[in-house]
Amino acid sequence: MASVASTAARGPRRAPSRLSRFRERETWYAYAFILPWVVGFLALTLGPMVASLYFSFTDYGVQQIAGFEPTKYVGAENYRQLLDDGKVRTALGNTLTYTVMMVPATMIVALALAMTLLRIGKAAGFFRTVFYLPQITPPVAVAILLLLMFNGSFGIVNSSLERIGIPGPFWTSDPSWIKPGLVIMSVWSVGGTMVIYLAALHGVPQQLYEAAAMDGAGAWRRFRDVTLPMISPALFFTFIILTIAGLQNFTEAFTAYFGPGQAGAEAPEAALMYTIYLFRQAFQFFNMGFASAMAWLLFVITMIVTLVNVTVSRRFVFYQGGPK
Amino acid sequence: MSAQSQLGPAGVGAGTAPIPQIAVRARPRWPRGIGKFKQALFVVLVLVLSILFVYPFLWLISASFKPQSDTFDNRLIPTTWAWNYDRVFEIAPVATWLLNTLWIAGLGALLTTFSSAMVAFAFAYFRFPGRNVLFGLVLATMMLPSQVTMIPTYLIWNELGLVNTQYPLWVPQLFGSAFYIFLQRQFFLGIPRELFEAARMDGDSYWTMFWRIAVPLAKPALIVTFIFEVQAKWFDLMTPLIYLRDTALFTLPLGIKTVLDQFGQGGGGEGEYHVIVAATVILTVPMIILFAIFQRYFIEGIATEGRKG
Repeated sequence: MASVASTAARGPRRAPSRLSRFRERETWYAYAFILPWVVGFLALTLGPMVASLYFSFTDYGVQQIAGFEPTKYVGAENYRQLLDDGKVRTALGNTLTYTVMMVPATMIVALALAMTLLRIGKAAGFFRTVFYLPQITPPVAVAILLLLMFNGSFGIVNSSLERIGIPGPFWTSDPSWIKPGLVIMSVWSVGGTMVIYLAALHGVPQQLYEAAAMDGAGAWRRFRDVTLPMISPALFFTFIILTIAGLQNFTEAFTAYFGPGQAGAEAPEAALMYTIYLFRQAFQFFNMGFASAMAWLLFVITMIVTLVNVTVSRRFVFYQGGPK
Repeated sequence: MSAQSQLGPAGVGAGTAPIPQIAVRARPRWPRGIGKFKQALFVVLVLVLSILFVYPFLWLISASFKPQSDTFDNRLIPTTWAWNYDRVFEIAPVATWLLNTLWIAGLGALLTTFSSAMVAFAFAYFRFPGRNVLFGLVLATMMLPSQVTMIPTYLIWNELGLVNTQYPLWVPQLFGSAFYIFLQRQFFLGIPRELFEAARMDGDSYWTMFWRIAVPLAKPALIVTFIFEVQAKWFDLMTPLIYLRDTALFTLPLGIKTVLDQFGQGGGGEGEYHVIVAATVILTVPMIILFAIFQRYFIEGIATEGRKG
């Protein structure tokens, strides 16, 4: 990322000579201070990464964990299976569908809320807190709320809809309504995104609006030509964060639709997120090799999506004070 | 953008609010102001929306005081009152789960806060070979989905014989966390370097500089780290799901999930949703209390995160 290089370069000046610094106490103290991270990085990030890449080319599973059978190198077999496995395709499709619905919905609702809050004066602080509340609800609780409120026969959502004459769908059992239900609950937790937009909107210089109005720009044009470009870094940031969160979504769908007891036999396919299938492969069927391949596919997809975002955003994102 | 403008030590040491709030200014956005009438309309709109956002909480709490037959009732004041909380503590070791979660979240967050602070301080203050490369690595790890390292990490714990213990839930917090290192480093960079130079003149050790000067001044950033990590632990279902087998070791999210599976209809239960509702309230309320106490830090922490983009 472009910002990575620039933030790293900020900070204290670099010393004149590199090697001579090893003779200084400061250098050794510095290494002592970052030691916790270095140990953690080697033991819990880099090491496991390499191991995971290796496992993805083996048949590592229950037999191998127990030491009954040696680990066998299977080449790209796991990756070939990824393509053949219909459930991987279903899970990937579910995850992408969910993400494609959730990200724009969250961004639009968050922006609408933030812009409304800007217009109500002093009470905004109080309401900002109110809208933030769902964000602190544990995902397991969110999933339970989803099951109860959106229950097709008894839920308060459908009974409310009925009162205004709309027959509500079976949100939690009809395969085509399961993902919209999950998306609605995600949009409920829009508070964090909203707070980010609110902060960005406060950073837009007032003179720009005045100048735009002077030139006869209407409300829509001021929004399109002043507000949007000025808050585009925040929009871009939340877009990436939400997309990654969407791709890795696990807890809500798992809690609501996958009981550990039933091994997923009756669980609805429409709720099978990619990470849920990965989790089951790894920790319920103990197909560690295959699950590792799934994890690397997820990593590659995340990287591609982020890189595309960063590249595309160069054209749209406007940083005050020049490009970073 | 300077570090000053972010979490900003603007109020630090001056006895004012430690984190400058992103004050929601009263001034109207549009040049000529929007009329009183229009503003009233917006207030009504916000009011309606906020009821929509809070309603699930109110309904949940009210449902937890209703008898089994009325759980799905859409009335905020129960027609018949019932006390379901006794039953929750009876059917499952909820009290144990609550205590487990409290100490794991508390200890884990404390460890993350201080290990991240040490690392962040080093990246902000010391000059050492490889600093920029290493800091780049710190940032790069934020991109990595946890699923990639999840399996080998499990195998390590398995090898150590520590699966089905609570160690895997908090020991990794000893090693700092990339996002918090990034956040705190920004904050440390905002502390005037002269303060440290002066301390060195006085013969203070590096540790004293960190512990007596940097840490107290960076308190707001440390609090943000602490509460974010408590929240993360309180939300986490996957880690306990992977590592814990004994019911007595469970954390609340995992415990409540098993309650749902046992008593909801999905898992073959009889649909005792009044119990599930009460359990959900127990899971949620501690977070609401945490938020009530540290509200400003939550919101400023999130806003800061956004400004990093």
